[in-house]
Amino acid sequence: MEKSGIEKFKEHNRKKLLVLIVLALAIIIVSLIVLYINADLNSFSNLFNILFNKNDPSNDNLDRILVWDLGIPRILSAILAGFALGIAGAVMQCVLKNPLGSPYTLGVSNAAAFGASIGIVILGGGIITGQSGVTITINNPYIVAISAFIWSMVATGIIILLVKVTKVSPETMVLAGVALSSIFSAGISFLQYMYNEYALSTIVFWQFGSMGKATWEELALIFIITLIVILYFLYNRLDYNALDVGDDVASSLGVNVNRLRLVSLFAAALLTAIIVSFMGIVAFIGLLGPHIVRRLIGNDHRYLLPGSMFMGALILLVSDCIGQNLMDFTLPVGIITSFLGGPLFLYLLIRGYRKKKIDIRKLISSRGGSK
Amino acid sequence: MSLLEVKSVRFSYDDEREILKDVSFDADHNNIISILGPNGTGKTTLLKCICNIHRPTAGEIYIDGTDILSLSSRELAKRVAYVPQKTYTSRITVFDSILIGRRPHIEWATTQKDVEIAWSIIESLGLSDLSLKYVDEISGGEFQKVQIGRAITQEPKLLILDEPSNNLDIANQHITMRMINHVVREHGLCTIMTMHDINLATYYSDKFLFIKDGEMIAYGGKEVINPEIIQSVYGIEVDVLDYNGQPLVVPKKDQPQYDGLVPAGIGGYSD
Repeated sequence: MEKSGIEKFKEHNRKKLLVLIVLALAIIIVSLIVLYINADLNSFSNLFNILFNKNDPSNDNLDRILVWDLGIPRILSAILAGFALGIAGAVMQCVLKNPLGSPYTLGVSNAAAFGASIGIVILGGGIITGQSGVTITINNPYIVAISAFIWSMVATGIIILLVKVTKVSPETMVLAGVALSSIFSAGISFLQYMYNEYALSTIVFWQFGSMGKATWEELALIFIITLIVILYFLYNRLDYNALDVGDDVASSLGVNVNRLRLVSLFAAALLTAIIVSFMGIVAFIGLLGPHIVRRLIGNDHRYLLPGSMFMGALILLVSDCIGQNLMDFTLPVGIITSFLGGPLFLYLLIRGYRKKKIDIRKLISSRGGSK
Repeated sequence: MSLLEVKSVRFSYDDEREILKDVSFDADHNNIISILGPNGTGKTTLLKCICNIHRPTAGEIYIDGTDILSLSSRELAKRVAYVPQKTYTSRITVFDSILIGRRPHIEWATTQKDVEIAWSIIESLGLSDLSLKYVDEISGGEFQKVQIGRAITQEPKLLILDEPSNNLDIANQHITMRMINHVVREHGLCTIMTMHDINLATYYSDKFLFIKDGEMIAYGGKEVINPEIIQSVYGIEVDVLDYNGQPLVVPKKDQPQYDGLVPAGIGGYSD
């Protein structure tokens, strides 16, 4: 018997769900592999024993520290940052109607890094010890995070103003993002110059991102904020679908468009700020994650939002592992993600340009034909 | 009591220029009403006021006797559905696109009932074969059907359409209008739409509302399709012929207004 349309639709949705499940499983498997590689263990059974029988005396003490104090926080950092930046990118692309939108391309990441630097260097949120190797200890994560958040809101506010006042095209919006990024990078460099002795490592750390800094307590803070914002985004998944059709349609469907747009951008900025505060700038995750998932399962936000989170985490896990093991020394993860994200970004720009050209041709031919 | 009562509605973006000047009319179930008038005359603004996308600067709008301002946006969305002239395609399926119309009825997640309602509308519009296609892959006429399908899935009493036949060829214009006619009669809706083509409007509408510069010039059945009213609204001399009982509006050949004016669209467009 032939299947009814409803069954076919459900089957179609099950396929999308399957993609999500595969991505989630991939995160778990990749995490275990990364943990295994980074802790340099003898065998997987050794790893499982450390994971599930933490206090078993047969475990090597160093291995236990490598897994529990270094490996797992690092993996959780990558997963949380991937979740946060992936979903923030997907939401920004929707509410700004801009496929090129993401925390990094619109300058929000750089603004947050500038804010974090101010928090550490000027507001006294961190202790920087400069004698033996340079290390930064954030002794007041709240000041750093709040400062990062305020500055990321400044960048977001400018983007919102641009959208409201000038109705900019997506490309122009990204140009504005480039300008904002430059301004905030210059601000970071300025701080570096002013506080020369200590600040160099801050700059390097914040500009290239690292998954290895956050402690368990900081991860708990990141987790709570990320969870709240993600729940808000997921709750509004149908409203984002309505917004994709157009503002007027969304309003006529009962969506408070202005509030949704403002709160979403605000929440995306908050996610960016909290990630940047503790992990530095990780470029392009908000662009890579959503766009790969769009290719796989389309733009339905019920699947796109979780998919972007999972894909973001997966990319970040793999990139961080490559950065850790490719060379004799650790490459910052931001460099790897930029190598991956830069080409995609160029591709999207070119495709957007070509699409526009086709649209203009269509318009001309339809006008010519109707008169 | 009529389904829709528009009472002395005025609207302006700023206080300088009024876009709508004192528009009043009633509309009832099972009625198709065409709003006719030149470009930039406030037709779309009037539609947006009825959907509460714009708030009138004066006057009231009642649906089933309730002031729309006293309804929450969700409650209003259960009564009024809107298809604007410009919508965006996105990479979602036809089925999902139509399911978006259930949004005012959905509390937390889409239910089986929502899916069934969406499917019955997909079937009635003849979109079954396309239901799992992405909307950015279907034709303009099909996309317009999806838009209207989404609006009907809202289960509204009032369907508001902005230029539903715009950008469609003559065959698709009539297919779309016939479909609108069909769903209006089937669901007993009231439909208000803006139209450019008077003849297409007279073919499918029960009532006509003429607007010029934000002012209501005439409202009524086919009797308002007459040369005087059309000339006062569009500034063009026409004959209204009787074509099998249908009024047929034909512009007169010698138009004083055409002196030296080149109609839009003639002349070069270049790449």
